[in-house]
Amino acid sequence: MIELRHVEQVFRPLDGDEVVAVRDVSLTVERDEFVALVGPSGCGKSTLLRLVAGLLRPTAGEVLIDGTPVREPRQDTGIVFQNPTLLPWASVTDNVLFPLKLMRQVRPDSIATVHALLKLVGLAGFEHRYPRELSGGMQQRAAICRALIHDPDILLMDEPFGALDALTREEMSLELLRIWTAQPKTIVFVTHSIPEAVLLADRVVVMSPRPGRIVEEIAVPLPRPRTFDLEGLREFQECAQHIRRLIFGRATVGAA
Amino acid sequence: MDERPSARRSRARLRRAARDVVQPTLFFVLLLVVWELAVRIFAIPVYLLPAPTVIWTDTTRIAAAVGGHALATLQTIVMGFLLSIAVSLPLAILITYSRLFANAVYPLLVVTQSIPKVALAPILVVALGPNEMPRVVVTFLVAFFPLVIAIAAGLISVPPDLLELGRSYKATRFQELLRIRLPYAVPFVFSGLKVAITLSVVGAVVGEFVAANRGLGYLITSSTAFFKTPVAFGAMILLSIMGIVLFQALVIVERVCFPWSATAGEANPSP
Repeated sequence: MIELRHVEQVFRPLDGDEVVAVRDVSLTVERDEFVALVGPSGCGKSTLLRLVAGLLRPTAGEVLIDGTPVREPRQDTGIVFQNPTLLPWASVTDNVLFPLKLMRQVRPDSIATVHALLKLVGLAGFEHRYPRELSGGMQQRAAICRALIHDPDILLMDEPFGALDALTREEMSLELLRIWTAQPKTIVFVTHSIPEAVLLADRVVVMSPRPGRIVEEIAVPLPRPRTFDLEGLREFQECAQHIRRLIFGRATVGAA
Repeated sequence: MDERPSARRSRARLRRAARDVVQPTLFFVLLLVVWELAVRIFAIPVYLLPAPTVIWTDTTRIAAAVGGHALATLQTIVMGFLLSIAVSLPLAILITYSRLFANAVYPLLVVTQSIPKVALAPILVVALGPNEMPRVVVTFLVAFFPLVIAIAAGLISVPPDLLELGRSYKATRFQELLRIRLPYAVPFVFSGLKVAITLSVVGAVVGEFVAANRGLGYLITSSTAFFKTPVAFGAMILLSIMGIVLFQALVIVERVCFPWSATAGEANPSP
């Protein structure tokens, strides 16, 4: 479904040296697969996500979705950022409708879709509230609804729970799995939490920084449906430990 | 559970509104009392500093004329203010979207600000004729600059996240302006408008000082020429009341039409 071929992304700031954010990254993500990108800050996880989103054009290499090169943002992709980035002047309903408004796809039944989505994430009854009246977790739920409103086949999530407290974070992870089961989608999920990546993903892609590249792809050997009970399993621990070694082992080598 | 907090909130809002009105009013009244007493106790001549009661009686004696003057000034203020908005909004948008335009126009804007408007007014009268136009233009010139700056600042300070969100849903530049930048700028626009309306009052009076046969500015120059100081004071007080009312009108418009903007304004205080 998503295919990255020898992708390289170089940023040239107006003042300063060029930065190689991502170098020679090749990755394939299957339809309805849940892939997590893990790595320390500065390893180009977010850059990779923006390349897939079409918000960036690769300096070299190719980003393909269903065999077509991505040159600009694509209609059937939904994005969730680290911050909810809700419009403060719009109600929850209008915020969720925002992508449809921009793409001029609001239909008479769109409101019903919004309400169904809000119900799915537990925001029923908050349709007419404003972002400032919601907690951080609730705002991020609304942002997830916004990313799902046009029923995209790809969902890109850039540390979506990074700004939330630990408890809300666990709750949201399970919720995301529930949504993904109800509405299967190809998900690329950027995080710097190893347990989160292992719990959520079919496959964890470990990246290393300067320049950002893929160190290893790990298939998570855990059954679905997943819950936090799995954290106690030996497979879970081993998988997490393996990823941890990949990240910190590399970091030590880089520092030496 | 849902009813009580909202009821409490609206009561708190009422209390705040009462405080906003009552405190300045009380202070104003206190000032008047001190003034009246001072003038009487120290027997200050009326042409130097008239007592509030004298100002009141002298001004209300010619109430109809004063009302006419006030209306003329109000008209100049409102026209100048509206002209400022009409010019500032597109100007700010152009400054935001075009670096070339910003580079070319910005110095010019600063130059217009460094010209003393009182010096410009007589020249404008010669150019535009002895009518309403020069006064409106002076009002506009005094008021529009802070408005341009405020609107441009609002349009520019949109968080990159929101712009990226727009781009990821293929927003056109026009959609970005209309649906993201302009709404985001509303609190900035209102703080600019509040400065602009206050300056509009100043601008209108400056215009009337130079060339007018009506208006409160004209009333001040003509009455002081005959040492009718109480009337000049009356006109001055009327001008400041006008300024306060216009300012508060903007505050109310913001609270009613853009409640989220008004609360955002409280978080980061506006002038």
